[in-house]
Amino acid sequence: MNANETDLLIVGAGPAGMAAAVTARSQGLSVRVLDDQPAPGGQIWRAIETVAETPRIARLGEAYRAGADRAAAFRACGALYEPESQLWQIEPGFRAFLTQQGRARSVTARAVILATGAQERPAPFPGWTLPGVLTVGAAQILLKTADSVPTSPVWIAGCGPLPLLYMTQLLAAGGQIAGFLDTTPRGRLGAALRHLPQGLGLLADLAKGLSWSLALRRAGFPIIRHVAELRAEGEGRLESLHYRAEDGREGEVAAEVLLVHEGVVPNIHAPLALGCAVSWHAGQHCYVPDLDSWGETSQPNVFVAGDGAGVGGAEAAEPRGRIAALRVAARLGTLGEGAAESAARPERGRLSRALALRPFLDALYAPRPQVFAPADETLVCRCEEVTAGELRARAVQGRPGPNQIKAFTRAGMGPCQGRQCGYTMAHIIATAQNRPVEEVGFYRIRPPLKPVTLGELASLDEREPAA
Amino acid sequence: MFRKLHDPGAQTVTIFIDGRPVPAELGESVAAVLLRQPEAWCRTTPISESPRAPYCMMGVCFECLVEVDGLASVQGCLTPVRNGMRVARQQGPRSLSA
Repeated sequence: MNANETDLLIVGAGPAGMAAAVTARSQGLSVRVLDDQPAPGGQIWRAIETVAETPRIARLGEAYRAGADRAAAFRACGALYEPESQLWQIEPGFRAFLTQQGRARSVTARAVILATGAQERPAPFPGWTLPGVLTVGAAQILLKTADSVPTSPVWIAGCGPLPLLYMTQLLAAGGQIAGFLDTTPRGRLGAALRHLPQGLGLLADLAKGLSWSLALRRAGFPIIRHVAELRAEGEGRLESLHYRAEDGREGEVAAEVLLVHEGVVPNIHAPLALGCAVSWHAGQHCYVPDLDSWGETSQPNVFVAGDGAGVGGAEAAEPRGRIAALRVAARLGTLGEGAAESAARPERGRLSRALALRPFLDALYAPRPQVFAPADETLVCRCEEVTAGELRARAVQGRPGPNQIKAFTRAGMGPCQGRQCGYTMAHIIATAQNRPVEEVGFYRIRPPLKPVTLGELASLDEREPAA
Repeated sequence: MFRKLHDPGAQTVTIFIDGRPVPAELGESVAAVLLRQPEAWCRTTPISESPRAPYCMMGVCFECLVEVDGLASVQGCLTPVRNGMRVARQQGPRSLSA
């Protein structure tokens, strides 16, 4: 086997990717792990190895600290780890193309586990492109990787566990919060509670969420409930924000930084580009890859593990990674089918326990309708600066789908390739054409998955592997 | 817009943003350093030439595109700083020159 050949290629070094790598190595497979970040951990454990050596680990919480052991086990497992690697194409067989330090090359593998995680759900509103508006996830990454907090008291708008966690961490770090615009609609708790019985085993998690809420209430900053609409304003940068609650109450406040968050959705660009089938997940309002009980997609030997398989958090990501790795070991003949099955059994137990609270959280924090119906003047495609109004006008000329409107308007054609506008586009079409969003579909995703320069393409060493 | 909570001490390096030297810490990204500058934006758009700043910090939004050591459209949030790195804010549509 030459240096570019591996049994298993894992994309992503977060909880799922690291767990899959450790398991696959323990089953005797050669493993290569690509990751676009400079250090292992994914988003939840970003910069864990660096931060674990500093006193500030204390204010980021136990769930973050737990990543230090995982990163250490991953480093020690013997997988070939390639950080700062941008994957931009996988060909059947498999041959994967990546760029590292400005140079492109290709590697081959017999099986692939995509552990590319999730991204925050795009939620366009007027002014969301102004400097000073960032996602809550971005601010948390700044806290973990750069030990940076907003200079002035910060406004936070959104819903879900992440804003609560970040606000708790920010206060522990000595940061200040100007106010929280809670976008959870009225009545959600009642709807969510019917999902609680199956999640009762996770009382500790519920207690953790509750303790965040109580600590935030004690901190004394204003909490405005049931915010439905949001507008950011300023000349060249955020200067003020305007909100309207469900009951019509409005407010306008000065702001330098606004952090927004409306949940997360799986990263599905790689599975889509590989031709893997996806289905609409009504509970999470997004597409998820069609997977069997091992995490294998509709394409043989292509697996998805972690939040990319459907949002479940780190506790679900790790067993998903291990289960997929066990199946790969069985396929490649280093582990018997029966042994793989018995090794997977406890992992499936862990997975179902980790997912037990998810229907409750999905129902409680389901995105409010306004997320999918931005006002006409709102930029939906940040890259090509296409407004919701332009998309709406196009959506009723015939019965176009996302790819036709993409061609008409350039929405989804910029460098992010629809990662920010894809779902908004689908919902605008669905509403305009009065059909279910799951019927509308998503953009066709074509390689390269990430922009590649001509210089990088030219650097591809075509002499190896031998054709 | 953002401020650092600790003094990086021996981990401090110098990068140049539009020619101006600014302190940075090994391990952090170009985008994180840009967000601490008085002018916390990183590019203007090719269409309306409006200013943009890092938005997602995890490589999916492409708002933090900058020029790094002469190479355009580099994702600032995925690029760790190096001592002496030259970063330039990326201006609007790039023109072709003969």
